[in-house]
Amino acid sequence: MTYRSSRFLPFPPPFESAEQEDHCQYSEGRRPMAPKDRKPHVSRNPDLIRGVGKYSRSKMYHKRGLWAIKAKNGGAFPKHEKKAVAAAPAEKPPKFYPADDVKKPLVNKRKARPTKLRASITPGTVLIILAGRFKGKRVVFLKQLTSGLLLVTGPFKINGVPLRRVNQAYVIATSTKVDISGVNVEKFDDKYFGKKVEKKKKKGEGEFFEAEKEEKNTLPQDKKDDQKTVDAALIASIEAVPDLKSYLGARFSLKAGMKPHELVF
Amino acid sequence: MPFKRYVEVGRVALVNYGKDYGKLVVIVDVIDQNRALVDAPDMVRGQINFKRLTLTDIKIDIKRVPNKKTLIAALEAGDVKNKWENSSWGRKLIVQKKRASLNDFDRFKIMLAKIKKAGVVRQELAKLKKEAA
Repeated sequence: MTYRSSRFLPFPPPFESAEQEDHCQYSEGRRPMAPKDRKPHVSRNPDLIRGVGKYSRSKMYHKRGLWAIKAKNGGAFPKHEKKAVAAAPAEKPPKFYPADDVKKPLVNKRKARPTKLRASITPGTVLIILAGRFKGKRVVFLKQLTSGLLLVTGPFKINGVPLRRVNQAYVIATSTKVDISGVNVEKFDDKYFGKKVEKKKKKGEGEFFEAEKEEKNTLPQDKKDDQKTVDAALIASIEAVPDLKSYLGARFSLKAGMKPHELVF
Repeated sequence: MPFKRYVEVGRVALVNYGKDYGKLVVIVDVIDQNRALVDAPDMVRGQINFKRLTLTDIKIDIKRVPNKKTLIAALEAGDVKNKWENSSWGRKLIVQKKRASLNDFDRFKIMLAKIKKAGVVRQELAKLKKEAA
């Protein structure tokens, strides 16, 4: 078998005997690569401009060495045997055809996941709440819950904001960060903040209403304790920074001359 | 009134419009009635319309179109950076930039400092008023 001048081969010609393979100094690089070893191959056909390659189809055929692979395999490109397809079991025709075509609902492969957290919001960031009871308050961000809402705390002693959930859309993230390493927020999730389900009581009158109202107003003691433990570590790291405590205690407001689109938070 | 700041080779100017807004550049050549060739240590030498420049008082000693190395040496020799930063115009711009880059926390701290300063001033004033009375 004659090959074209070896000057133009992209790689050394295939070996004609096993001896040649052993003696060749390039043998080491020629071992068959396991599927994991392969580096993704860069194109052998550089672009002149996008969409137009430098080499024609016949030149590329030669460059890729398909002629050498075919020669090695006796004239035809080496093929894998097709895997035998297991014969599908014979299907019986259905007993019943509905009169009208029933439309199938479209496939929906979307998964529910928590809202994408803005890059500027990281655990310990000071946030400004923009709406609700606590609008204008500067609070410390703790973590994002699985529902996508942000878990936030005042701390309660500093500005009266308890452990609370807040929506990312109603928040401005400042670039001030508080050290949050001493705080454990593992136990808080959306269920902790959900409304408590009340057991159904027997119907009564008069006394029934009064009794119910009294129960609703007080906060359970364990929630108060949770607030205290979370805040204890936080307040220690807040007091380490001068003025940060009074900063968190003050509300944010726009003053004359402040342009929100030009302010750096 | 006679003109005091002339367009000439070596005049330092401030760019007041465009991509290089706020930069100090040196006029190294005059192209025609409207345009000058300007250069600065951190930009590629290029043409700019005079309308985009505001001339400063600072002038350095260079020949027409020096190469970058010579230009940088001449800027050092003329002490342009310090002259600019100590001039009232230069100081104003620095303060403006600082104010624009303030954090929300920084603004809060400044508010506290202003209140404190005003309190001290008011105390002194009260003292002086008492003495005068």
